[in-house]
Amino acid sequence: MLSVKEYQTVTNIQGPLMMVEMVDEAKYGHIVDIELGDGSIRHGQILQVENDKVLVQVFEGTSGIDVKHSTVRFLAKPLELAVSPDILGRVFSGLGVPKDDGPAIIPTHRLDINGQPINPYARDYPNEFIQTGISTIDGLNPLVRGQKLPIFSGSGLPHDDLTAQFARQATVLGKGEEFAVVFAAMGITFEAAQFFIDDLHNTGAIERAVMFVNLANEPAIERIATPRFALTAAEYLAFELDMHVLVILNDMTNYCEALREISAARKEVPGRRGYPGYLYTDLATIYERAGRIKGKKGSITMAPVLTMPEDDKTHPVPDLTGYITEGQVILSRSLHRQGVSPPVDVLPSLSRLKDKGIGKNKTREDHADLYNQLYAAYARGKEMQELATIMGEAALSDEDRKYMKFANAFEARYISQDYYENRTVEQTLDLGWELLSMFENAELKRIDVKLIEKYMPKFRQKAGT
Amino acid sequence: MKVAGPVVVAEGMAGARMYDVVRVGALNLIGEIVELRGDTASIQVYEETTGIGPGEPVVDTEAPLSVELGPGLIESIYDGIQRPLADLVDREGAFMSRGSDVPGLNREKKWHFKPTVGDGTKVGPGDIIGEVKETTLMVHKIMVPPGVSGTISGIREGDYTVEETVATCKGEGGSSHELKLMHRWPVRNPRPIGRRLAPEHILVSGQRVIDTFFPISKGGTACVPGPFGTGKTVVQHQLAKWVDADVVVYVGCGERGNEMTDVLTEFPELKDPRSGEPLMRRSVLIANTSNMPVAAREASVYTGITLAEYFRDMGYTVALMADSTSRWAEAMREISTRLEEMPAEEGYPAYLSARIAAFYERAGRVKCLGGPEREGGLSVIGAVSPPGGDLSDSVVQATLHVVKVFWSLKGELAYQRHFPAIDWLTSYSFYTQYLPKTFSDKDQGAEMEQMRKEAMTLLEQESELREIVRLVGAEALSPRDRLALETSRSLREDYLHQNAFHAVDTYTSMVKQYEMLRTVLHFHHQALEAIEAGAETAEIFKLAVREDIARAKYIPQDEIDKIRQIRQRIEDQMKPLHGAAVAK
Repeated sequence: MLSVKEYQTVTNIQGPLMMVEMVDEAKYGHIVDIELGDGSIRHGQILQVENDKVLVQVFEGTSGIDVKHSTVRFLAKPLELAVSPDILGRVFSGLGVPKDDGPAIIPTHRLDINGQPINPYARDYPNEFIQTGISTIDGLNPLVRGQKLPIFSGSGLPHDDLTAQFARQATVLGKGEEFAVVFAAMGITFEAAQFFIDDLHNTGAIERAVMFVNLANEPAIERIATPRFALTAAEYLAFELDMHVLVILNDMTNYCEALREISAARKEVPGRRGYPGYLYTDLATIYERAGRIKGKKGSITMAPVLTMPEDDKTHPVPDLTGYITEGQVILSRSLHRQGVSPPVDVLPSLSRLKDKGIGKNKTREDHADLYNQLYAAYARGKEMQELATIMGEAALSDEDRKYMKFANAFEARYISQDYYENRTVEQTLDLGWELLSMFENAELKRIDVKLIEKYMPKFRQKAGT
Repeated sequence: MKVAGPVVVAEGMAGARMYDVVRVGALNLIGEIVELRGDTASIQVYEETTGIGPGEPVVDTEAPLSVELGPGLIESIYDGIQRPLADLVDREGAFMSRGSDVPGLNREKKWHFKPTVGDGTKVGPGDIIGEVKETTLMVHKIMVPPGVSGTISGIREGDYTVEETVATCKGEGGSSHELKLMHRWPVRNPRPIGRRLAPEHILVSGQRVIDTFFPISKGGTACVPGPFGTGKTVVQHQLAKWVDADVVVYVGCGERGNEMTDVLTEFPELKDPRSGEPLMRRSVLIANTSNMPVAAREASVYTGITLAEYFRDMGYTVALMADSTSRWAEAMREISTRLEEMPAEEGYPAYLSARIAAFYERAGRVKCLGGPEREGGLSVIGAVSPPGGDLSDSVVQATLHVVKVFWSLKGELAYQRHFPAIDWLTSYSFYTQYLPKTFSDKDQGAEMEQMRKEAMTLLEQESELREIVRLVGAEALSPRDRLALETSRSLREDYLHQNAFHAVDTYTSMVKQYEMLRTVLHFHHQALEAIEAGAETAEIFKLAVREDIARAKYIPQDEIDKIRQIRQRIEDQMKPLHGAAVAK
């Protein structure tokens, strides 16, 4: 164990960064404590070492730190999370310090929050269907254990309700296994965080939850560490305690902004919109910690939330996220305005792992064909809706009008559902057939004839045609 | 000494050469020298550098980054610097640790070597001296390494490990070189060849939109750019599964871990359509996922292409898929930023396009070096992930300068779940001229070429007609135009749309493509005649046979006659309409 060394050689302070000189044995990535003249302590991490000069990012911000009276202690270890089974049910700060009224955690051991990448060979393929009770997800974009499926939202859209519903209802069919929820709040408001905490209280799920909370008024730089603490806790629960963990990261846009602040302070060459060129790699080190591992029972499923500035999907944060995660659920402002709730924009939403988690013995044999058909029909109907607003409904052919009618019904009945309505996957699938019964069999090109013969008659009778 | 992310600067490195591999610090991390200034060396480190600081030693191995070439490559899965991931799991568990040093090829395994030349044979670089049956699909040719020539002695059939000497090669000047099953090659240098040939054979992929409209040839280059969610990776996977190459090298460069797992679980189960053997027996996988160190990602494409070149040198057709080259470019950018180089566009280094061009130029159909005379081909298919799907991105532009096939993936098609979402209007291929030769039947080839042109004309017509419909409504169209719209729809939905997850539809042979396209167009011609005679378009579009056309893609290869029968049914059903119209 290296001894802790103290220095009073702070030379420059600039934005969230601090330069310390004449240091020996500083290591890249290790943490420091900074004792201010008034005795208060701040925390920092080493970003760069050059000979005896060390560049430190200060998590709590540098206001109030002076060059003369500050003492920097090099702790010779990376940022760590103290873990024990007692972390369940607790609330921590963005830097992993308990902030509820509970007792201090007596750790069984400490884990480096950066973790290590999972060897791709050791990964187990995610293929267990998770029923969320939400039709647009279960029916069209099925989620599987070990997947990372972000929610692309915007300011003023109800992503909090949706994530809460997610956390409340997500179950694996026919199994009662140990689960846990890890919630990381990064720069969200007190209200948004409290809403989630209250919801967990009401359903009793709080006992199985771990929270890391960095609110909007708390230091921004701290947010860089928050998701890593959350994921370290998740890895501990999943791969050491065999639990199925759902991680909710809210909101990743704030995280990226903190990263941008550091990058700007270091005068790095900016990439798009001032975000650093390594944003992709940095996000990957967070998102890729989701998954399953061969020979381990537990899993990490991730639902990051991000607000797209101006609802722009090509903004670097959603764009790079989309390149790493296995699909995305996109919320639409126009659907929200029309009162469709949850306003899931079905067409650009996607779950990449859907095909592995559904079908015979998992959900139902007709699932894949059915969602293909629903997509195709809704896409066409949506086009007709737009056409009708330009030229009036009269300009459409009978066939086109039928597709438009389908799209309307689909939005009203399939997409819309109450935040407390928990539909089984069978209900969702049947609803799909019921809506499709407005078409002739021959029009359902994406569905295998045998499946149409097996499932459709029931719904035709019901519709009386 | 300085540490900043993946770049480490070390002093006292006099004598070190550019691109030498070094070991960094007490943890023995692997790195490569990318800049020399006096005796100061900048090193890109292939592993996470947390915990490294000034004062730690840096050791020069005095060799450039190289890969081991020999039996045992096939069926392997490596990280970006050829460390076998399976062995790492056995040694170190599910999470990657640092500083591990595992050789790329298994040292214990014995391979049965069968010489093809005898003692006293004069050999030169690239000459085949014997064979090892590596898997049921793969005969591994043992070649004289580049730079070695002389007379063979002591060559014997038997079981050898990759490090044991199988023969000695005595040079003219009395020098002697021990030939082993394995040799090394620096990844950044292209392997030598005899000479380049024109890439005039199509690499059949079984994907209709690709083979019929935008084919790639053996030795050709292609790129697949598109925004996220448009199916770049599915296209890459489909090609890796079905192309008629002898060896497939799949480089997962900075992409998702779960996707690599998908490949890993699926390849051993999938059967090669030609041999019936598991696809894994002809594949090498390189997985450097996005959360693995960025410098190793930079190296992974070079590692991949060097392995691919090695198999090409044996006289095989090789296909290399790189998913995604944008991540590779980003890795270059990150290293360049840390070296404080002057950036060009979007922060990418000024040498970006030169590196990309040099990489794709390693593809090609060649006459291999050495005897016996043989031809090899290396096709490179690179996915590009431009930010926001913007094709003016530097990586896309630099790639388009060099590749001959462009498959443009479009978001709108993906939203309609039209997969593969390759946009037929903007994509292109310079290899379409070689398509007719793919058919053993000459007439069929010529006819395919005709049909391809006709179908493309219809699709182009469709985009114009749709503009008109948008402006003035469908009623304004003449019956002929309405038919053109319907046929294009049929082309899109019944031909171009292909379900990668359907057991039959996932692969379509060239002959089946011919039959299917012919059927769609046959309907068009028949309908056109009926319309000329005065038949109602609405009646024509209602014919039951159209459902048969739509489902032709699900007809298995061995029942291909059924597709021909559909054409008969088209005529049967069209006749009454035709007759009625004439009677009127």
